[in-house]
Amino acid sequence: MTPPAIPLLDVTGLTVHFTRRTGFFGSRRETVQAVSGVSLAIGRRETLGLVGESGCGKTTLARAVLRLVEKTSGTVRFDGQDLFALAPEELRRMRRRLQIVFQDPYASLNPRMTIGRAIREGLTIHKLAEGAAADRRVRELLEEVGLSADAADVYPHEFSGGQRQRAGIARALAVEPELLVCDEPVSALDVSVQAQVLNLLMDLQARRGLSYLFISHDLAVVRHVAPRVAVMYLGRIVEEGPAEELYARPRHPYTQALLSAVPVPDPLTKRPRIVLPGDPPSPVNPPPGCPFHPRCQHPAKDQDCVSVRPELVERGPGLRAACHRG
Amino acid sequence: MSEPLAPPAAAPVPVPAPLLELADLRVTFATEEGVARAVDGVALVVQAGETVGLVGESGCGKSVTALAVLRLVEHPGLIAHGSRVRFEGRDLLALAERDIRAVRGNHLALIVQEPASALNPVLTVGSQIAEVIRAHQQVTRREARRRAVEMLKAVGIPDAELCYGHYAHQLSGGMRQRVLIAIALACRPHLLIADEPTTALDVTIQAEILELLDGLQRQMGMAVLLITHNLGLVAERTRRVYVMYAGQIVESAPTEALFAAPAHPYTQGLMAAVPRPDAPRERLAAIPGQVPPATAWPAGCRFNPRCPFAWEKCRAEMPPLLPAGEGREARCWLLADGPRGEAAP
Repeated sequence: MTPPAIPLLDVTGLTVHFTRRTGFFGSRRETVQAVSGVSLAIGRRETLGLVGESGCGKTTLARAVLRLVEKTSGTVRFDGQDLFALAPEELRRMRRRLQIVFQDPYASLNPRMTIGRAIREGLTIHKLAEGAAADRRVRELLEEVGLSADAADVYPHEFSGGQRQRAGIARALAVEPELLVCDEPVSALDVSVQAQVLNLLMDLQARRGLSYLFISHDLAVVRHVAPRVAVMYLGRIVEEGPAEELYARPRHPYTQALLSAVPVPDPLTKRPRIVLPGDPPSPVNPPPGCPFHPRCQHPAKDQDCVSVRPELVERGPGLRAACHRG
Repeated sequence: MSEPLAPPAAAPVPVPAPLLELADLRVTFATEEGVARAVDGVALVVQAGETVGLVGESGCGKSVTALAVLRLVEHPGLIAHGSRVRFEGRDLLALAERDIRAVRGNHLALIVQEPASALNPVLTVGSQIAEVIRAHQQVTRREARRRAVEMLKAVGIPDAELCYGHYAHQLSGGMRQRVLIAIALACRPHLLIADEPTTALDVTIQAEILELLDGLQRQMGMAVLLITHNLGLVAERTRRVYVMYAGQIVESAPTEALFAAPAHPYTQGLMAAVPRPDAPRERLAAIPGQVPPATAWPAGCRFNPRCPFAWEKCRAEMPPLLPAGEGREARCWLLADGPRGEAAP
């Protein structure tokens, strides 16, 4: 499962730090280290799952991949081109090839615009279709995502959550992207509807040869769609590898705790649970050494973990983990 | 008046009165689209000390059921006449306002999903716990404060004295949920209704909070009605479970039996739709369509438009809860007579 020689998306050492003002009338500045030195690659027709808990930086990473936020350092290459080196006009053209699906389509669809107009917008901006051809294309897209063609005249508020997410996907697909970044695409949906949307995403991938960066806090959902998974903690990838291997034999103590915490819908399954003490530390002041060391339950935790930053190293077939002891 | 004593062997084992018993609970909301029958004839029982699950998807009426038990349904919601909510032998729906207040937060407590909005932002979290204690128990301010700090310790807050003086915004989501648990348990309730208590939290924090609740429950011997959409939580935490769909209970069963062989097609569909962290990658069996709005429940069985087994009878007539094996019931005609020429699932 090693990515092909020239991946579609190639992120190297990406770091995104924000400076924000806090304190009395913003008298103090602090740096939020949202993403620190992240490298990942996604090949064509490939899905990379990215899991992590709130505040781990996964959404910032998603936005940086589309250059919706500026980087601090590192590179994001799409089909060989450095996104952060592109001029505005080149970037705009490149964006057609990378699209994003958000968690809450209600917040990302304009409430005053019919679904049809929202989808058509992309076609017009990128000069892909006009007039009757555009209308026809909108209807085809709606049907492709499992909505009726009449949905073009409907406003977002008239839709259920699942229908809105389908519309959000149709809008992203309108410009014929190659990579779809899905940021918690099913987290707001009920399980029965969530299954419909996950199936749709998998069908679309098979039909259109799409690549996905699939971000979620739900490990079961990620397991379902992604053959390869990366685990993020406090702005860094702490483990990455084939889903089967990573879920069966997690090497990093954080991945182990995360997996043990997921309730399994089977009353006969009794697993030992690793309960982590405390909350994740703030990305404003990440701990030195291993970012996970203050909560780590590994019995062999020692001074190295507290002071030396572990690098991602090969720990199994195609699997890398950043742990001194794992 | 003394009757001859029956021999001890023949004496019937006394069945303890349930701690909580709902019968024919109905809650309606008047909306622009018409009357929404959010909760429509719910019956359920919680015995002292046990953990019971109430599971369903959004809009099924599970949260409104919780609010109705505490009589917290707000305008335009209305608890219909004829609904019965018995708690510790008393009819909560017949109590005067001041008497229901004496029950709420005392013997009967509620934890809700959103820890951010359930706390008062301008009072310290400690004083909110002390307030609950003083509202229900004759204790001095000093004693209430002491007990509040004790509760904060009991819910695993590291520096309880310091936390007493904090405001909600100074705490993380996990810490706020702990404070809410401390408030709910401050008067050692006999029943805790926990409505999606960990849905807003990360999975590692969720595990920590649930372990904590488990421990406190064993210590205090309280019963828990766990309301959730998460089948994993139901499997791990409950002994019995009720499944709700479209305002009604559609199935009730001991948890192990339910997961081994769900009887109602909705429960079957729900279980097949859940991705599992330990299962191989394959297509999910999604339930087609979506939950209808509460103002327009379908005629007959409310699940019939989405049910793979539905036949004419299901579209014409609402099935009652029918026996489905030991300690089990399901609202499905397949349990009565199955469609002609087709085997029951």
